[in-house]
Amino acid sequence: MAVASPPAAGTKVMTYAEALNLALREEMRRDPTVFVMGEDVAIWGGGGVFGVTKGLVEEFGPERIRDTPLTEAVIAGAAVGAAATGTRPVAEIMYVDFMTLTMEPIVNQAAKMRYMFGGKITLPLVMRAQEGAGRGNAAQHSQSLEAWFAHIPGLKVVVPSTPADAKGLLKTAIRDDNPVIFLEHKVLYFTKGEVPLDEEYTIPFGVADVKREGTDVTVVGIHTQVLEALQAAEELEKEGISVEVIDPRTVSPLDVDTIVTSVKKTGRLVVSHQAVEQGGVGGEIVARVVDAAFDYLDAPPQRVCGKNVPLPYAASLEREALPYKDDIIAAIRRII
Amino acid sequence: MAALTREQMLHMFRSMAQIRAFEYRAYELYREGVMRGTTHAYVGEEAIAVGVCSALNQDDTITSTHRGHGHCIAKGGDVNMMMAELLGKESGYSHGKGGSMHIADIDKGILGANGIVGGGMAIATGAALSAKYLNNGKVSVCFFGDGALNQGILAESMNLAAVWKLPVIFVCENNQFAMSARVQVMTSVEDLALRSIGFGIPGVNVDGMDVLAVFRATSEAVERARAGQGPTFIVATTYRFLGHHVGDPLNYRTKEETDVWREKDAIEKLRSYMLDNGVASEDEIAEIEKDVQGKVDVAANAAKAAVEPDPKILMDDIYK
Ligand SMILES: Cc1ncc(C[n+]2csc(CCOP(=O)(O)OP(=O)(O)O)c2C)c(N)n1
Repeated sequence: MAVASPPAAGTKVMTYAEALNLALREEMRRDPTVFVMGEDVAIWGGGGVFGVTKGLVEEFGPERIRDTPLTEAVIAGAAVGAAATGTRPVAEIMYVDFMTLTMEPIVNQAAKMRYMFGGKITLPLVMRAQEGAGRGNAAQHSQSLEAWFAHIPGLKVVVPSTPADAKGLLKTAIRDDNPVIFLEHKVLYFTKGEVPLDEEYTIPFGVADVKREGTDVTVVGIHTQVLEALQAAEELEKEGISVEVIDPRTVSPLDVDTIVTSVKKTGRLVVSHQAVEQGGVGGEIVARVVDAAFDYLDAPPQRVCGKNVPLPYAASLEREALPYKDDIIAAIRRII
Repeated sequence: MAALTREQMLHMFRSMAQIRAFEYRAYELYREGVMRGTTHAYVGEEAIAVGVCSALNQDDTITSTHRGHGHCIAKGGDVNMMMAELLGKESGYSHGKGGSMHIADIDKGILGANGIVGGGMAIATGAALSAKYLNNGKVSVCFFGDGALNQGILAESMNLAAVWKLPVIFVCENNQFAMSARVQVMTSVEDLALRSIGFGIPGVNVDGMDVLAVFRATSEAVERARAGQGPTFIVATTYRFLGHHVGDPLNYRTKEETDVWREKDAIEKLRSYMLDNGVASEDEIAEIEKDVQGKVDVAANAAKAAVEPDPKILMDDIYK
C-alpha cells in the first residue's frame, strides 16, 4: 500500500537515527509547543545515547531540549500533565525496559483521560523508547514490550523498521492528538535508507506497508524481523518460492485489512517478532487473520518469535533466544 | 567501636586494590572486543564498597547497582567466576546468562547487581524486613548512585524502613554524575543527606575517598540497625575516575576536574596511612599489589579459555 504523501523534494540516504532526528527537528521548527525531555538527551555526546537528539539543544535551547533527572515515573507523568495543558511533549525513556517504571501514568492516566473526561481533553503526547535485543545487553536492557502497550485501549503503538518509516511515523506521532508509544529498535539505529526530505512527509497510523510482493506465503514482520523476512524472501526466491513481506508499522491501530488481503492471495501466514511469543502481538495478528480468512488458509499460521525466556547475555544463548532469517525460512518450509 | 586491627586494614587495602585491578582489566577486555553489552568501571570509588562491606558480616546482605563489580568483590565475590561471567562463559556466576550487570552470589549475601537504576532499593528494604521478621540479626545495605537518589522508590523505601524500624542502610555513592547529568543540576539540595530528614532517618555525610571514615560511619549504622533502631542514610562523596562506561564521549567534564579528584585517590591515602603509622611496610604492600594483579591475570586468562555455554541451557532456570 502506498504511503500518504510521496516524496516531493527528493530523498537523502541516512540512518534510522538520523531520520528520527530530522523528524524531531522539522516538527520543532514547525510547532513551538513541541519540546523534548528525557535523560541525557541534551548533553551526553551532543544529544542522546544513540544520537537521536544530536544537535537539537544547539538549535532549540535547553528549554525545549530538557535533560531530566533520573526519574522515569515523573518524566512520563509530567509529560501527561504538560500534554493536557497546551504543549506537545516528546518524552524519551532511554530503554523500553525502564518504561515499566512509567506504567502508572501511561496505562492508568494517559490512555484513559480523554475517555473518562467525556472527550473534553486531548493528549498530544509522544513517549519514545528503544527496545530489542542482539547486542548482548542482557535481560534488563533487551526486551521488546510493544504487546504491553498494544493491550491498552487509548494508546497508539508505533514500530518503524526503516529510516523513511521512522521519519514519517514520528512526524505523524507528534502531530497526533493522542498518546503515542513510539518504539524504536536499538539494532536498527545504524541501518541506512532513503528518506524523503519533504517536510510534509507523514505516514498515517494503521496503514501497513507491503515491503515486498509475493504469491506463496505472507510474512508479517516487526522491527528487525522485517529485514530478516526480506532476506528470507530473497533466499527462497532462488528456489521459486515467492514471499510477500508486510510491515504493519503500527501495532495499534493494526491494519488487519492489508494482512488479510495478502493471506487471501497466498493462503499462508508467518508472523515474526523479537518479543517473546507468549502474549505477543503475533498471536493477535494470527487470531485476526483466522477470524477474517479462515477458509483461505492452506496451512496453520506460524509464529517465529523470541523464545519465552528472559534475554541471556552470552552471544550463543542470545542467538538461540531470538528469531532470525533461518527460523523464518524453516517456518515457511513447514507450511509450504 | 573497636579500633581496626592490622589485618583488617591490610584486608581493606587488598580489597580496594583487587577491585581496581579487576576494573582496569575488564575495561581492556571490553576494548579487545571479547566482552559484549556494557561495563561500568568502579575505579576511584573503591573506598565506599570496601569501607561499607568491611563493617558487615558475611551473611549480611547487599543490593548493588549497574556499577556492581566493586560491591561484589568487597563482599567476597569470586573474581574468577565474575570474570567468566563478564565474558559470557559457562563457568561464570550465571553460566553467561547475566553478564556484567547481573552478578549475584546469594551465599555471600550479594543479592545482585542491577541494570535498573534504583532497582535494589526496595529489595534491600525487603531483605531487612525478612531479617527483622526472622529475628536473625542480619543487616542489609543498599548501594545506589546520586542519580538513583532521584528515583521515587527511594522515598517509599525510606519511609517503610523508618516506620517499621528495619535494619537497612541506604548508601548513596555520590560520584557527582549520572551519565552526563551533574548532581548539582539534577538534585534540589546541595547537601544530599538532607533528603533523610523528612523520613526521620539519620543522614550522615562521609568522605568517600577515605575507607576508614566510610568504615566508621557504616559501623555506627550497623550498630543502630542491629539494636533495632532502624535505618541510616549515608552519603559518601567520591568521583568516577573513568567514563560512565567504555563508550562514554566524556564531553561533559574536563580532564583538569578529574585530575583534582585523582589526587584524592583512596588507595593512595590508605597506603600512606599504613606506611606513616607503621601498619605495613613497602614490601608488604607491593606483595599485595602483585598478588591481586596475579589473581586478575589468572581470572582473565581462565575466562578467555573457558567454554561458551551450551545453547541447550537456554530454557533452564526460569522456574525452579
Ligand atoms: C531505571 C533506569 N533508568 C535509566 C537507566 C540508564 N542508566 C544507567 S546508569 C545511569 C546513571 C546512573 O547514575 P547514578 O545512579 O549516579 O550511578 P553512577 O553511574 O554514577 O554510579 C543511567 C541513566 C537505567 N539503567 N535504569
